[in-house]
Amino acid sequence: MLKVNDINVYYGAIHAIKGVSFEVNDGEVVTLIGANGAGKSTTLNTVCGLLKSRTGSIEFLDKNLASIPPHKIVELGMAHVPEGRRVFQQMTVEENLEMGAYTQPRVSIEPNLERVYEQFPRLKERRKQVAGTLSGGEQQMLAMGRGLMSNPKLLMLDEPSMGLAPILVEQIFDIIKQLHKAGTTILLVEQNARMALSVADRGYVLETGKIVATGTGDELLHDEAVKKAYLGG
Amino acid sequence: MEFLSYLISGISLGSVYAIIALGYTMVYGIAKMLNFAHGDVIMVGGYISICATSYLELPGWLSVLLAMAVCTVLGVVIEGLAYKPLRQATSLAVLITAIGVSYFLQNAALLIWGASPKGFTPIIPATNAQGEPNALPLFGGQVSISYISLLTMGACIIIMLALTFFTGQTKLGKAMRACSEDKGAAQLMGINVNRTISVTFAIGSALAAVAGVLLCSFTTSLMPTTGSMPGIKAFTAAVFGGIGSIPGAFLGGVLLGIIESLAKAYISTQLANAILFAVLIIVLLVKPSGLLGKYVPEKV
Repeated sequence: MLKVNDINVYYGAIHAIKGVSFEVNDGEVVTLIGANGAGKSTTLNTVCGLLKSRTGSIEFLDKNLASIPPHKIVELGMAHVPEGRRVFQQMTVEENLEMGAYTQPRVSIEPNLERVYEQFPRLKERRKQVAGTLSGGEQQMLAMGRGLMSNPKLLMLDEPSMGLAPILVEQIFDIIKQLHKAGTTILLVEQNARMALSVADRGYVLETGKIVATGTGDELLHDEAVKKAYLGG
Repeated sequence: MEFLSYLISGISLGSVYAIIALGYTMVYGIAKMLNFAHGDVIMVGGYISICATSYLELPGWLSVLLAMAVCTVLGVVIEGLAYKPLRQATSLAVLITAIGVSYFLQNAALLIWGASPKGFTPIIPATNAQGEPNALPLFGGQVSISYISLLTMGACIIIMLALTFFTGQTKLGKAMRACSEDKGAAQLMGINVNRTISVTFAIGSALAAVAGVLLCSFTTSLMPTTGSMPGIKAFTAAVFGGIGSIPGAFLGGVLLGIIESLAKAYISTQLANAILFAVLIIVLLVKPSGLLGKYVPEKV
C-alpha cells in the first residue's frame, strides 16, 4: 500500500532523514519507534507531503506522491493524525469531525459521523462542546476520529499516547487494536516502544535518521539491542 | 433632539467603519496578517464607481456591482503577487509589504485619476427631483434619517449576518476558521489553504468596494488618499471589538462612529480623532483582547 524508498530530508543544513526505506502492506499495523529526534515525525510529515524529500520516492497505492500537494494526498485516502493532536481548539467537536471529512461528498458525512461516535461515545456526548475545553485524552480521540472521517485507506498516527495518563494510553491502544481488527491499515509512530510493538505486525527502529533494525513486533520486543535501548533493559 | 441626530449620523458613519472593519477582521482572522492596503482598496472602489457612473453612465447600483467585481479581482491579485510569496516569512515582512502595497495603490491612483478631489454623486442623492430631502422624518420632522444612512446601516447589518452565517454554517466558511487556527492541520484535512486565503481576500475586497461607495456617498468627494484614514479607523474598530471576531468588528465600528460623531459635536472637531484613539488605548488597557475578543484556554 505504502512504499517509501530511500528518502533524504533536510532542515536547512541539517540532514534529518538519511536514506530511509520502508513499506506498509494492506491491513497491517506498522510502527516506527525511536528516541526523541530520531526522525519519526519527520518521516511521517514527508510521507503526507508537508516536507519534501530530495531523493528517492514515496508510492501510495502505486501512485508517486512527489508532485502531489498535501491537500490532494488526503483525497487519495491517507489520513494523518499529527503529533500534539492539533484539533481546532475554537471549533466544536462536530465541526472538527466535519473538517476531517472535508474531501468527502456531503452524503457520506452522516454515516461517518455515526461510525466515529460509535467508536468514541465520549465524543458524541460532547459534540457541541468547543474542542479546546476537552481533556487531553478526549482531544486525542477527537484527533483520531477526525482522521477516520475521511474513510482513510491508511491512517498515520503520530505519537497518539504522548502526554496521556497510563490509563488513557491503554484506551488509545485498545482503539488501535480495534481499528486493526476492522481492517484499517495503520502506520504508527511512537516513543512508547513497548506498547507500540505489542500492537504492531511489524516495526522499524529509527536512530538519528536511519533505520537500524526491523522485524515483526514480537521479534523486536525480544531483540536484545532494542530491549536495551528502548524497553529499559 | 440634537443629540439624537448626532447619534444617527454617528451610527451611519460607524456602519461604514464596520463594513471596512469586517473586511479587515476576516483577512486578519484567516491569513493572520494586517492588510494595511485594505483602506486603499476602498479608494479604488470609489474611483471605479465614479468611472462607471460618469464615463459608462451606468446606474448607481450597477456601479457598485462593478466596483465590487474590480476590487475582488484586485484583492486576489494583490494577495497572489505580494503576500503569497511571503507565506513563510516573518509577520513583520508581510506588514511592511502591506504598507508598500498601500503606497503603490495610492500612487497608481494619483497617476490615473490625478491629485485633485473628484466629486462623487451619492448613490442616493440628498434631495429628490422636487428638491425635497431624501430622508425619513421622525418625531414629526424634528429629526430625520437620510435614505443613504438607512441603506448604509441596512447593508452593514446584512453583511454582518451573512458573514456570521457563512463562517459558522457553510463548509468553506468552516474551512476558513480551520485555516485561521492551524494551517498545517487544515492541510492535513485536505483543505487547500492557499485557495481559502484567496477567497478570504476576495470577500474582504468586495466589502471594501461596498464601503468605498457608501463612504464617498457621505463625503461626496474622492482623492487618492481618501481611503487611508477610514482604513486606519476601521482597523482601530476591529481591534476595539476584538480582532478576528465578526460581531466584534461590527460593534467596534458602530461604537467608533458614535464616539467620533459625539466628540465632534460636544467636545472638539479637531480633537475628535485624538479622543477616538484614546478610547481605543483605554479599552485595550482594560481588555487586551478587545470588547468581544475571545480568550480560549489551550490544553496540552
